Amino acid sequence: MTTQKYPVGQHPNLPPPNNTVGVLFWLKENMFNGVLNSILTLFSFYVIITLLPPLLKWAIIYADWTGDSKDACTKDGACWVFIRVWFDQLLYGRYPSDSIWRINLSYVIAIVAAIPLFFSAVPKKIKLVLAAFLLVVYPIICFYLYYGGGFGLEVVETPRWGGLFLTLVIAVSGIVLSLPLGILLALGRRSNMPVIKSFCVVFIEFWRGIPLITVLFMASVMFPLFVPESLSPDKLLRVLVGVILFSSAYMAEVVRGGLQAIPKGQYEAAAALGLNYPKSMILIILPQALKMVIPGIVNTFIGLFKDTTLVLIIGLFDLLGMAQLAATNPNWLGFTVEGYVFAAVGFFVFCFSMSSYSQHLERVLNTGHRN
Amino acid sequence: MTESNQRELSDEIVIRINQMHKWYGEFHVLKDINLEVTKGERIVICGPSGSGKSTMIRCINRLEEHQQGQIIVNGTELTNDVKNIEEVRREVGMCFQHFNLFPHLTILENLTLAPMWVRKVPKSEAEATAMHYLERVKIPDQANKYPGQLSGGQQQRVAIARSLCMKPEIMLFDEPTSALDPEMIAEVLDVMTTLAEEGMTMLCVTHEMGFAKKVADRVIFMDAGQVIEQNTPTEFFENPQNERTQLFLSQILGH
Repeated sequence: MTTQKYPVGQHPNLPPPNNTVGVLFWLKENMFNGVLNSILTLFSFYVIITLLPPLLKWAIIYADWTGDSKDACTKDGACWVFIRVWFDQLLYGRYPSDSIWRINLSYVIAIVAAIPLFFSAVPKKIKLVLAAFLLVVYPIICFYLYYGGGFGLEVVETPRWGGLFLTLVIAVSGIVLSLPLGILLALGRRSNMPVIKSFCVVFIEFWRGIPLITVLFMASVMFPLFVPESLSPDKLLRVLVGVILFSSAYMAEVVRGGLQAIPKGQYEAAAALGLNYPKSMILIILPQALKMVIPGIVNTFIGLFKDTTLVLIIGLFDLLGMAQLAATNPNWLGFTVEGYVFAAVGFFVFCFSMSSYSQHLERVLNTGHRN
Repeated sequence: MTESNQRELSDEIVIRINQMHKWYGEFHVLKDINLEVTKGERIVICGPSGSGKSTMIRCINRLEEHQQGQIIVNGTELTNDVKNIEEVRREVGMCFQHFNLFPHLTILENLTLAPMWVRKVPKSEAEATAMHYLERVKIPDQANKYPGQLSGGQQQRVAIARSLCMKPEIMLFDEPTSALDPEMIAEVLDVMTTLAEEGMTMLCVTHEMGFAKKVADRVIFMDAGQVIEQNTPTEFFENPQNERTQLFLSQILGH
């Protein structure tokens, strides 16, 4: 027999017990929770304490920061003068220095147009206009800025493109174009129409089955053997197409995973309301499927971003390629580590940003998945 | 007590199913189904699980394809012609056992989506209609929530409202209360009863025999893919003809 001190619904909300909140509780609960955890915590502290000071000494305290030749590097630590001197090449390759403003201008346009997209206060219509601008108009502007040949801008041939700039050109076009292509392939692979289905299966399995290096070699070396020089498109363009087709095959499988996770009832409800195939895909199925596979999509994006470094082997010099090239310059031998560290930091910044943004996106789009 | 729903029915036939058969691969699920539904008629379909009752009503809006025979809805025959199928689906609303609301859209967006994209109704008008039906199912205050934030009973009522927003001629209910807690069944049945009283043509697969007695003009009993017996609720419950029907009724009403 229970006795009730309060009438139903009248029981006051009591504060939690004293020893379950606060810093000390957090430390105890998370870092010294049991013998094994305490040992691991102490071990981690030890590792940090042994590694951090030498790293700081090398990278900051004993590093050389000023000067403009190898002779300025006198101390024991890193020689950041190397990066300073090669900075423009690392960022823009052999792009003519009096035209670098063109690349910077394109960055500024992109950033200015993209910033409002990240604020929820901005009206949806403006966001749509900006997104359409970035996807349709912006690439055209970029082409004229980068390549030139119009509006009084001198032509800069693609072999002179390089550094971080080239990395971004390849990665961004790959990312932006492989997603829609991958979605189409995924839908095609689930289609009931045998011709479309088999085409998509063969396409996806072919591109997933060969290494990217093969694709790049095909694009740069083999392709010109079969097609006359005059008809052959620019090498960078061929590489871009190869990279896009390659990553769209991966994207297709990621998206297909999402499509398969959508309950059959969603397809049926959409059909029962009279929505036809394209409408039910665009309005009902894809928004849910894509949201579900954001981690997989971003994984593919990050993989693609880092795979751009492979263009080095066909003679294009991206960020990593330029760092290696600089380190093999006879006047600057012995600074490989600085070059690699710089390239690593560069790649990390971009990949980590993508990763953080995807986590943010998942939080924003989470409306609870209960059917 | 069951006399209340004995009434004059219209002669206009809105659904005509003629010698319809369906197979899942080798398995013969529906055998020689013949059914005529007149405008405004409310039909309850019952039967043991696996008897093909859900499959039958899902054939009416072509969520399932039949292989033999004829199904004519509102004068349109269901064939492989996508145009016909879409036309029928526009006029036939459906509620599912698991509601199947769109979890990425708010309640209001769930309700306005089909009118806006299928019927090309302007947004303001679609929203006004949506709010009207949300009031009818007694949850206008939930309009801006997401389906995941609602209880099962509320979700099913939203699903009914979503179908009604398309202003359908016929409503199909596929076990609308089977996934609900007992407390929530009543609120969904209330909405369905109101709808029936307003003259909506309804086909309802359900195990709620109280609802069948109160609302139905005709009760259809199915077993093993066949229509075994159909009659008015009074006759059906008090004087079942077929042995199989008697057994079924004794099992579900016996305790």
